[in-house]
Amino acid sequence: MADQEWKPKILGIICNWCSYAGADLAGSARTQYPPDIRIIRVMCTGRIDPLFILKAFVDGADGVLVSGCHFGDCHYLEGNYKAAKRMFILKSLLRNIGLEDKRLRMTFVSASEGAKWAVVVKDVVDTVTSLGPSPLKEIGR
Amino acid sequence: MAEKKTRKEPAAKKDTKKPVSKATPAPAATSPDKELGKGARIGVYICHCGTNIAGSVDILAVQEYAKTLPNVAHVDNYQYMCSTPGQKKIEEGIKEHKLTGIVVAACSPRLHEPTFRTATKTGGLNPFRFEMANIREQGSWVHMHDREGATAKAKDAIRIAVAKAALLQDLVPKSVPVTKAALVVGAGVAGMQAALDLANAGIKTYLVEKSPTIGGRMSQLDKTFPTLDCSQCILTPKMVDVGRNPNIELMTYSEIEEVEGYIGNFDVTIRKKARGVLTPAEAEARGIVGGGCNGCGDCDTVCPVIKPNPFEMGMKPRKAIYIYHPQVVPLIYTVDFDSCVKCGLCVEACGEKKAIDLEMKDEFVKVKVGTAILALGYDIFPIEKKDEWGYQKFENVVTSLEFERLICASGPTGGHLVRPSDGKTPKKVAFLLCAGSRDNTGVGKPYCSRFCCMYSLKHAHQIIEKIPGCQPYIFYMDIRSFGKMYEEFYYRIQDEGAKFIRGRVSNILEDPETKNLYVMADDTLLDRPMKLEVDMVVLAAAVQPSADTDRTRKLFGVSCSLDGWLLEAHPKLNPCGTTTAGVFLAGVCQGPKDIPDTVASAEGAASAASIPIHMGEVELEPYFAQCIEEKCAGCGMCVNLCPYQALSLVEKEGRKVMQVTEAKCKGCGTCGGFCPGGAIWMQHFATPQIVAQIDAFLLGGEQ
Repeated sequence: MADQEWKPKILGIICNWCSYAGADLAGSARTQYPPDIRIIRVMCTGRIDPLFILKAFVDGADGVLVSGCHFGDCHYLEGNYKAAKRMFILKSLLRNIGLEDKRLRMTFVSASEGAKWAVVVKDVVDTVTSLGPSPLKEIGR
Repeated sequence: MAEKKTRKEPAAKKDTKKPVSKATPAPAATSPDKELGKGARIGVYICHCGTNIAGSVDILAVQEYAKTLPNVAHVDNYQYMCSTPGQKKIEEGIKEHKLTGIVVAACSPRLHEPTFRTATKTGGLNPFRFEMANIREQGSWVHMHDREGATAKAKDAIRIAVAKAALLQDLVPKSVPVTKAALVVGAGVAGMQAALDLANAGIKTYLVEKSPTIGGRMSQLDKTFPTLDCSQCILTPKMVDVGRNPNIELMTYSEIEEVEGYIGNFDVTIRKKARGVLTPAEAEARGIVGGGCNGCGDCDTVCPVIKPNPFEMGMKPRKAIYIYHPQVVPLIYTVDFDSCVKCGLCVEACGEKKAIDLEMKDEFVKVKVGTAILALGYDIFPIEKKDEWGYQKFENVVTSLEFERLICASGPTGGHLVRPSDGKTPKKVAFLLCAGSRDNTGVGKPYCSRFCCMYSLKHAHQIIEKIPGCQPYIFYMDIRSFGKMYEEFYYRIQDEGAKFIRGRVSNILEDPETKNLYVMADDTLLDRPMKLEVDMVVLAAAVQPSADTDRTRKLFGVSCSLDGWLLEAHPKLNPCGTTTAGVFLAGVCQGPKDIPDTVASAEGAASAASIPIHMGEVELEPYFAQCIEEKCAGCGMCVNLCPYQALSLVEKEGRKVMQVTEAKCKGCGTCGGFCPGGAIWMQHFATPQIVAQIDAFLLGGEQ
């Protein structure tokens, strides 16, 4: 692992109706989790252009978390299916350019799963921390 | 009938209502990004929220940091930004510092975005020039003991919000007319009350019920606690009212098949299951004068097929053509086509009324409504899964709902409580509370079913009253008698001589000869194990969402909690609303409730559902997609992606471009997430805005 001081930069792009509400619920329940994630809210994970995620990696993100509603529970019927498909393709792209695909994670956290949100964030932070700084960070500059 | 009337009206209204009306396509955006963000002056307001935020975030450090951010013209902080003085700061700041955008770093936008949008508007800016940085629910509250981490996260959250705020545009919410009709799904006591309230407020209400009669679970009960009112006696007047109310269109034996549209304009398809029997109105429509079912029951008498009646929990027979019980509304027989042998005897018996049509097929009815209420009710948890209590293995172990029928005067035994094994009157009856509720073994339900304590007390009272010398034993964990006059009722039952044993029953065994039952438990007050021989055991089984809940909720886009109960918009401040605008919840489908709470929640839902209808118009958030025509290659991929058929390809200046029908667009952005040419502008979540947020996070901070 890298030096003790290093903290990963992780971007979370999450949907308004399920995961953002779930993250809020974790807050009202005071469920503690590591602070190494920054959230951008979109209405639906279907809004997430794969280019957003690539842009984040180019900008130096060490990890990206995409989180939406469970399958069948999407507020917009099927946006999460489409997002999930895109993530599969994106993961194989990441592998092809030599970036660990574990840096990109898609999860499904509903509005009632505050505790799960905390577990998800902790897990993503642990995973990315163990992978170390993104190699793109050096190349990108 | 419903179809004709409702369809035409809104269609005519559409075009006259607004210049940017529902039916007209959105004006094509011409590179809205060119002018975006020029001369942006952002005001940042940081909330302490008492110590909620200030306790874990260094507000002054965040404030100093915010001043260094690009485009920030003014930074301030306040104890409670949502208070009147806090909002005033925003309003004055806009004028004083000529701000073009506002960022408030406080709680979740799901809580206070509307508040601050209003303040932004009052200050003279377009309300959509506002962005919230969530530093409480996703900041101070989840990093309570990490001040450094929480402060760094708050700084980043503000930087991200400022980047977006600089690129926000003026948006105008779309006003749409609301259809003056409502839908209520489920006609138990909740659905009936909601429908009656709506109807009495002058709103046309479609009440859809999956069973052949209205009344729901409450009609199966014998008495109600703590008043000991006869359940049917207080319910049937309401059932009759529902049947008679001219504003209620009752559709029994029907299910929701499809839901389209949005608040104010839901298009609902209802499947009227083939009932095999015509109502007088239906008969008249077929030209049979004076015909149709009058509930005489001649068909029932001749029908040769015998099946268990689900209303009597299977303890009484019914025929293949049946009614649940004598008080059904509407009083129309139903053919169970799964068991009907089509012998035709009933058709003969019906004679001139010609009410029976054994070739009937399911029908689909379309209605248009402005709002909808889900009152889907509950089922009993399949308590046979708790193997140790022997339900369905031992004849004399029954559920509480079976007990209700056995003790009810209109039930299978005429109100004489008997043991199912030998028809003898029991002398010792054990009641098991929390049967499947408050169960952390993974087999039962973790929650409290809320009304079992009280109805078990009522059951104990009933056997003491009806069977002299019969002794009830109540095995409980805690008695939860929380309602009005409930605790007093508990004392009364204690005084009447019911025996209370605090302890969970570990096991029940049956004596194969006598069919008596041995209840094994741990008496935790006397701290000793006990074994009690009783004649009968009643399991106060847990409740769970009714079987159809999951399918129906998905049609309406309503979420559920982990246990499957439907999720309200806010447990305290919006308990009847859902995250789908225009859809409300009533009764137990939201979570276990006794009858008073159920009726109260139904009245609340009816009131909430009537507001948009009385307003006549609702505003929709203007988050819809727009096509940037100069970038659009006309590939049409987005057209197939849209789940709402809101997009289409049109011919313009000799080439194909995409066009959005704003009325259909709900703003998910699935099209914008795909468009290979970047030709789709998602209002308020536009690509440059999101990319600016990403850049601000990863490039804009202290490196």
